Amino acid sequence: MIQDEDLNLLLSELSHRYGYDFTNYARASLKRRVNRLLAVDRFASFAELLYKVKNDPDYLPHVVEQLTVNVTEMFRDPSLFRTLREQVLPVLATHPLIRVWHAGCSTGEEVYSLAIMLEEANLLHKSLLYATDINPTVIENIRRGMFPIGNIRQYTENYLQSGGRKDFSSYYQAQYEWAKFDERLRANTIVATHNLVSDRSFNEFQLILCRNVLIYFDKELQDKALTLFDNSLEKLGFLVLGSKENLRFSPIAASYTQLENKEKVWRKMR
Amino acid sequence: MAENALNQLRYLVIGGSAGSLEVILDLVTHLPALPHAVVILVVHRKKDNDSILVDLLSYRTKLPVREVEDKETISPDTIYLAPPDYHLLIERADLFSLDISEKVHFSRPSIDVTFESVAEAFGDRVIGILLSGANADGAVGMAKIRKAGGYTIVQDPATADVGYMPQQALDLTPVDSILPAAEIPGLLEKLLRIQ
Repeated sequence: MIQDEDLNLLLSELSHRYGYDFTNYARASLKRRVNRLLAVDRFASFAELLYKVKNDPDYLPHVVEQLTVNVTEMFRDPSLFRTLREQVLPVLATHPLIRVWHAGCSTGEEVYSLAIMLEEANLLHKSLLYATDINPTVIENIRRGMFPIGNIRQYTENYLQSGGRKDFSSYYQAQYEWAKFDERLRANTIVATHNLVSDRSFNEFQLILCRNVLIYFDKELQDKALTLFDNSLEKLGFLVLGSKENLRFSPIAASYTQLENKEKVWRKMR
Repeated sequence: MAENALNQLRYLVIGGSAGSLEVILDLVTHLPALPHAVVILVVHRKKDNDSILVDLLSYRTKLPVREVEDKETISPDTIYLAPPDYHLLIERADLFSLDISEKVHFSRPSIDVTFESVAEAFGDRVIGILLSGANADGAVGMAKIRKAGGYTIVQDPATADVGYMPQQALDLTPVDSILPAAEIPGLLEKLLRIQ
């Protein structure tokens, strides 16, 4: 496993040379990511990786993509999506314009999941979905709307468990090893890069989803990101986190109430 | 907790897959009331029946049983369970962290990932146990625990429900003990008594 001193050298390089600050990322996971990068790109030593990072700016997007975890799926944790469908969307429906922020959305599987639910609730036409991630490369996929066909069986199961009643295959077309999702699902989606470490709030939302992103941050950075969400959420808006993440010990906790069914959905009360 | 108190703790990590549940429940039943150890379980299981395992374990022990949440504090004399669909890592001596990165040996949580992290963080204070399973996960982890000075126990493949996983570990690394499941609690009691 890579040594702490080496990791610090790499992080300092990424921060000073390129403005990507990973210093407050959780260490245990980050070390595994660097190890994986060393293996995937077949570097003989850490020194070679560091040299490449210093001297090849074109290599940077790949480094950022590899250091961050881009594992996501459609309707992951179906009971959470059922809660959104049954308890959150009916509240959002009362707004003339619904603004949603998917923060750290990676390749966009959850953006499409929510778009499908909004469509089924007849709300998509009056919704604006902001989909952001630190990686310029992965968010390209949101525009394409293509996901590996091998995952579709799981997604279909998730969709049905989340309370979906339609034929899931009506939302995509199979193209060889890809499922290409209907373009109308992303008609109201705005895709942009956004770094939760360094970028600011850019709008006010009624719903913010940031699932399994905070687990990669240390406590300090988690609090910073949660404060950013708090500043970006309307009163009575909803914040949705990953299934093992919690608002409990954060500075914004006092203003929020978790839904009664204990899904990881909090409502901003003041 | 004071640093010297942390330094005296033992870290008992147990990995199991197919055919390991009964063994784990029995092990937990026979743990000392205050083992002066942190117990960490990594079990391959389906995502949907997660709370059942916590309940099953809680019936059999007075020790608190917790499915780990993000950045949860590591406390002694507690049984921690890796949550389904997350890798479980040691962030600091007193802090867990979680990760949903790629599956390892088709598994998340992966036994290798946790064993490796525990070995790196706690070295010779680790006792690693690898049980029944139909998967190669855990072998590399056992090798890392041993290399870091920890004590390694493998369930005898001949007596395991599914011998493949323990056999994979034995093919990869020497270990300290190879035992039928029924004899593991007795050894643990001795190991945990030596502080």
